[in-house]
Amino acid sequence: MRVVLAEDLFLLRQGIIQLLEAYDFEVAAAVDNGTDLAAAIAEHRPDVAIVDVRLPPTFTTEGLQAALRSRREQPGLPILVLSQHVEQMYARELLADGTGGIGYLLKDSVLDDEQFIDAVRRVAAGGTAMDPAVVAQLMTSHSRDEPLAALTGREREVLELMAEGCSNTAIAQRLTVTEGAAAKHISNIFTKLMLPPSSDSNRRVLAVLAYLNA
Amino acid sequence: MKTVPVTWRGRLGRAALDTLVGTAIAVGALLSIVLFVTTTYFVVISVIGIGFLALPYCTRAVRWLADLNRRAAARSGVPVGRPYRDEPQEIEKDIVGWMRRCKWILTDPATWRDLLWLLLNCLVGLVGFVPAALLYYAGEGLFLACGLWQPIAQGGQGRWYASVTVDSWPAAFAAGLLALVVLTGWIFLSPLVLKGYAYFVQFLLGPTRQSELAFRVQHLAETRSGALDFQAAELRRIERDLHDGAQARLVSLGLQLGAVDRKMAQDPEEARRLLRQARTSSVQALSELRDLVRGIHPPVLAERGLADALRALGLASPLQVTVVADLHDRLPDPVESAVYFAVSELLTNALKHAEATRVEILAWCEEDILHARVTDDGRGGADVSAGTGLEGIRRRLASFDGTLKIDSPPGGPTVMKLELPCALSSPKTSSS
Repeated sequence: MRVVLAEDLFLLRQGIIQLLEAYDFEVAAAVDNGTDLAAAIAEHRPDVAIVDVRLPPTFTTEGLQAALRSRREQPGLPILVLSQHVEQMYARELLADGTGGIGYLLKDSVLDDEQFIDAVRRVAAGGTAMDPAVVAQLMTSHSRDEPLAALTGREREVLELMAEGCSNTAIAQRLTVTEGAAAKHISNIFTKLMLPPSSDSNRRVLAVLAYLNA
Repeated sequence: MKTVPVTWRGRLGRAALDTLVGTAIAVGALLSIVLFVTTTYFVVISVIGIGFLALPYCTRAVRWLADLNRRAAARSGVPVGRPYRDEPQEIEKDIVGWMRRCKWILTDPATWRDLLWLLLNCLVGLVGFVPAALLYYAGEGLFLACGLWQPIAQGGQGRWYASVTVDSWPAAFAAGLLALVVLTGWIFLSPLVLKGYAYFVQFLLGPTRQSELAFRVQHLAETRSGALDFQAAELRRIERDLHDGAQARLVSLGLQLGAVDRKMAQDPEEARRLLRQARTSSVQALSELRDLVRGIHPPVLAERGLADALRALGLASPLQVTVVADLHDRLPDPVESAVYFAVSELLTNALKHAEATRVEILAWCEEDILHARVTDDGRGGADVSAGTGLEGIRRRLASFDGTLKIDSPPGGPTVMKLELPCALSSPKTSSS
């Protein structure tokens, strides 16, 4: 699997390259600014772009903008955005086209290499990986909404994991319940939130996020 | 500043109001005589020592009359600021406090300018009668023209009206026409008379350049010390947070890694457990640092500017927040930061104290003033003195010459209005 990486801090860039190579990814290009990022994506056409939000020359949301521009040129280009802080606003901008293949994680996530690599693979496969912090923010800002209030504590946990992009199997593992129990919770949630049931995990995630973003 | 009415009805109404105000001014002129004499008398005797008992009461009356005239001047479109120095704080309840109050009155140049105004106003203020006199004269002419001249003329002598002796119907008609001219004069002259008087008030009762500068210096001194205190407190907070938080965590992280190093050979399983612990510590250290950074300068503000930062605030709040931010240019960093933190605190208040469910945030720039308005549907009754941090917000905005106005009747809705000059170190937004 081929990756283009944009990260301006040298140490972090090297660390992520090593991590990816340890898991048999091929880092086609590693750049440190937004301009080079767009060029590298156009040239290498990677399976996934891993991008830091804040890049030179402007040190604003250069990385995010460059990635979104490249995605307009190559629809469906999987992008995993890394940031020192998560903002709902950025999550919305990333998810705006509703086609998936989007990840938005805190930089801390690279500390847990298995989960990070899992997220990279999921995004590359057209899935979604949302940081728990984004999901938690979404949940609190809707905590007073009628349908969400009707969920049990367990169902809320499942909903959060679902919004992060976990599959049934992953949810069952994380909550240490059987897969059948997880599936049952999920169908209850879909009923309570009046969402169309869906087997494809990515469509499911997008449905949940669309609901929370409403 | 009111718009000038252009319809006849508006003009009539305005002239009628001007007549009333003018009459009040003229009555004030008569009162000026009384006040001038008494105040001067007490000022003179307070030199001998007994007058100071009555001096504060006199001054209060004089300033009350002056304030009324300032309001009348503002009505005519000539705003006049209050030039008085701030009352001394914490006046003792005894003779010492009383003497201090007298000193404050006697050393304020505005007191003496008030006295001069009283003296001149005895005469100048009488122009306030002009509109009423014109109206009376026009009324007299109209009544004569309507037939009132007949009983008067039967008394042997026709009434003389504006160069016409009214003793026949044609003369009465002419008098009527003249009366209409006078009436038109009343409509157009009344506002002019009052405006002229307003300039006289502005000249003597407005702040002089010197007192304006004195005020400005006082305001700057106060807000500067406030800003310095606030900054020092912030630095202490940051230092403490770093010292007790991230720094301590990094130390323990180092210790954990040292332990891993020692255990590596004899107990790999234990070493692995310690490594997992170390990873957890580093994640915690990061999240603490992240919160700290947010408190210093929110990243979204640095990346996107104020409008988007306010939107992000709205998104992150558990309340239903609508944000309408119409800000096209980036403002100076300190201004953006001040407004962001003020709005953030007001949002927190709406959630914690007001039990609001909906909040509306508006922000726009107009004539180099940045306006922000935070409206919530909570229970109202917000008060600067209630210790909800409003005083702190006000003080912080003051160091940017900004103001915070609170309109929060019990039962809500609460409207908080922030105003700040868009540029740093431009003069005050409004005299409040």
